[in-house]
Amino acid sequence: MMGTGMNLDKVFGIHAQAAQLRSYRGEVLANNIANAETPGYKARDIDFNSLLKAAETKNHGQVPGNSAHIKQSSSEKLANELLYRVPSQPSLDGNTVDMDMEKAEFSKNAMAYQVSMTFLGGKIKGIMSAIRGE
Amino acid sequence: MSLNNIINIAGSGMSAQSVRLNTTASNIANAESISGNKDDVYKAKHPVFTALLESASSAGTGVHGVKVDQIIESSVPAQKRYEPSNPLSDKDGYVYIANVNLVEEMADMIAASRSYQNNVEVMNTAKQMLMSTLKLGQ
Repeated sequence: MMGTGMNLDKVFGIHAQAAQLRSYRGEVLANNIANAETPGYKARDIDFNSLLKAAETKNHGQVPGNSAHIKQSSSEKLANELLYRVPSQPSLDGNTVDMDMEKAEFSKNAMAYQVSMTFLGGKIKGIMSAIRGE
Repeated sequence: MSLNNIINIAGSGMSAQSVRLNTTASNIANAESISGNKDDVYKAKHPVFTALLESASSAGTGVHGVKVDQIIESSVPAQKRYEPSNPLSDKDGYVYIANVNLVEEMADMIAASRSYQNNVEVMNTAKQMLMSTLKLGQ
């Protein structure tokens, strides 16, 4: 893929990273929902926009074909990006999960993931029709 | 795989909530249990949840679900009732009743089943996300 042909990472653009971040955020929000009744548990989240921006700038400065850059955005690194939510109604047992908000955020996040998948699917369809020459 | 991890996390939540439902069922079933000795009478049981800090399936992601840390027995003293005709009564004619608060248990049951449903919803959504990923390019 060096020089000749097309770079698949460029074809897919930001959507591949967005989907990866979305699925990680889904994990974090699912964890909040699972721990909604755990005493002392503090709700967590990631700053999606800034992480996506970071992934984007990292990718622009990337040497073509060097996959080490993509590996860095794996979840092992993402665990350092976990933030704590500012509690709106902290409960007596120290738990800061607001179930309604977490559920809304989880649905929104899942929807955005589907958007990324739709875009990726469209790109793949485009490449396939180019390959087939139809 | 992040999406599989969502299913694991929701599964851990469901299993924790079902333990809670089990203890509630046990408490309600034993609400009328009596004994002639206040130490032997049934004590209401409640699970204590704790966030999982590390698990094999999700190494390094920082989010691992929930587990039941322990099941504690309520320390509320058992009520005693004067029932000399009861064969279980002690030498002074008293029987001891399980320290189950039925109103509390019913509220706990509703809360547990709602939490369980929330986790099921999360799992369903994660499944849809996975399916749409599998259908990519089709």
